[in-house]
Amino acid sequence: MSATRRIPWMKYASASSFYPLANRLAPLFMGLAIVLAVVGLYMGFFVAPVDYQQGNSYRIMFLHVPAAWMSMFIYLLLAMYAIISLVWRVKMADIMAYSLAPTGAMFTFVALVTGALWGRPTWGTYWVWDARLTSELLLLFLYLGYMGLYSAIPDRQRASRAASFLAIVGVVNVPIIYFSVVWWNTLHQGASITFSGGTSMTSVMFTSLLLMTFACWAYTIAVVLRRAQAVILERKKVALWASQISKK
Amino acid sequence: MSIGEFLDMGGHGFYIWSSYGIALILVLIETFLVGRRRSKAKKELEQMEAEFGRADNQGMNG
Amino acid sequence: MKPRSKRFVLIGTIIVAFGLAVMLVLNAFQENLVFFHTPTEVKERTVAYDRQIRIGGLVEKGTFKREEETTTVTFNVTDGDSSILVSYTGILPDLFREGQGIVAEGKLLTSGVFVASHVFAKHDETYMPPEAAEALKRVEEKAEAENSVQNLMKSVEKGE
Repeated sequence: MSATRRIPWMKYASASSFYPLANRLAPLFMGLAIVLAVVGLYMGFFVAPVDYQQGNSYRIMFLHVPAAWMSMFIYLLLAMYAIISLVWRVKMADIMAYSLAPTGAMFTFVALVTGALWGRPTWGTYWVWDARLTSELLLLFLYLGYMGLYSAIPDRQRASRAASFLAIVGVVNVPIIYFSVVWWNTLHQGASITFSGGTSMTSVMFTSLLLMTFACWAYTIAVVLRRAQAVILERKKVALWASQISKK
Repeated sequence: MSIGEFLDMGGHGFYIWSSYGIALILVLIETFLVGRRRSKAKKELEQMEAEFGRADNQGMNG
Repeated sequence: MKPRSKRFVLIGTIIVAFGLAVMLVLNAFQENLVFFHTPTEVKERTVAYDRQIRIGGLVEKGTFKREEETTTVTFNVTDGDSSILVSYTGILPDLFREGQGIVAEGKLLTSGVFVASHVFAKHDETYMPPEAAEALKRVEEKAEAENSVQNLMKSVEKGE
């Protein structure tokens, strides 16, 4: 039988082993998120010094930068799950992709709003149509497009395929957001923290930023696990309904 | 440093506190909505199972 | 080929093809994706006059002037090679100061003066406390002073 020949990791891709695992992990990560955010905000507001140019307004960074990073990370993760769902037809991958989207959209929205509120005192404007800001706005529309497409098509399998396809095609936008400040002249400044290991930031500012980033990660894990549980229950409900209908 | 001075943030208080305020509200709303969606689905599934009999449902408690 | 490998190849091909298409489009619209032009670009390419454009660069030190009894200010925007005189009436952003990077939106008059309708401050990616910035400035000034002393010594040695 094929079930006995399954590789062990496939066990964790099934809903029935995911559910109790999520039950244990979600509260853990929510607690972690709260602790990290409290420590990170304390350091960001009481330990980190004022900036030599911007004074206090740079403290929006401790929220803006993690939110912007999360908006891109979550999209990459969503696209990865969408590929797994399309190619290997793993149901749990589709549930994960679907559950990631609203949280990703929320972080994108937070990044845009906090960016506007930071831009007003520093640049002198809430919004400009430069490459960084425009591509981040496009990311919000991609998230909304994925969610909209998913709910607009009544047949779930077809909805999942169409939405996954959109998510995968849209992944091209992520490197554009990240590198826009390098490729083109933008009003948005370049990256303060780069993969090559340099930071142009005082270490306590950097520590606060990292703590807030981990807090956002922990929050994302907790809330996405919970949403995935809800989706599993909803789909189980539909399946049970269908089986009752067919019995009659 | 007084509380008033802290809240003023050198004249940038409005921008900083509305940023953090909006984010906090969104996070609370999302947490609430997800929790509600999950408990609603759980309740409805349990009702259906009570009516139709249990389907394969190992490990789904909690 | 198994159906799942077929799907994998298909999706891979679509991503690569779409990525290439986007790259080509972005390349073609390079001009419009640029948020501002540098003074050198403006001068070299003899940009259309009286058209809304944006120029970016540093506010040249010692060129900032405020016209009396008005909110009109003038200053030079430079990229190191060439500079453009900018005239602006209105409120400047907090970060505006000499030596600061800015972007000005407006029109280039045939007289060569750039009349700005908006001025944005561009801040850089370094964040540090004022004391650190102060210390950094002192180190730079010290190095500059040492340099000029050395130059003086050299010219004395040469008997100038």
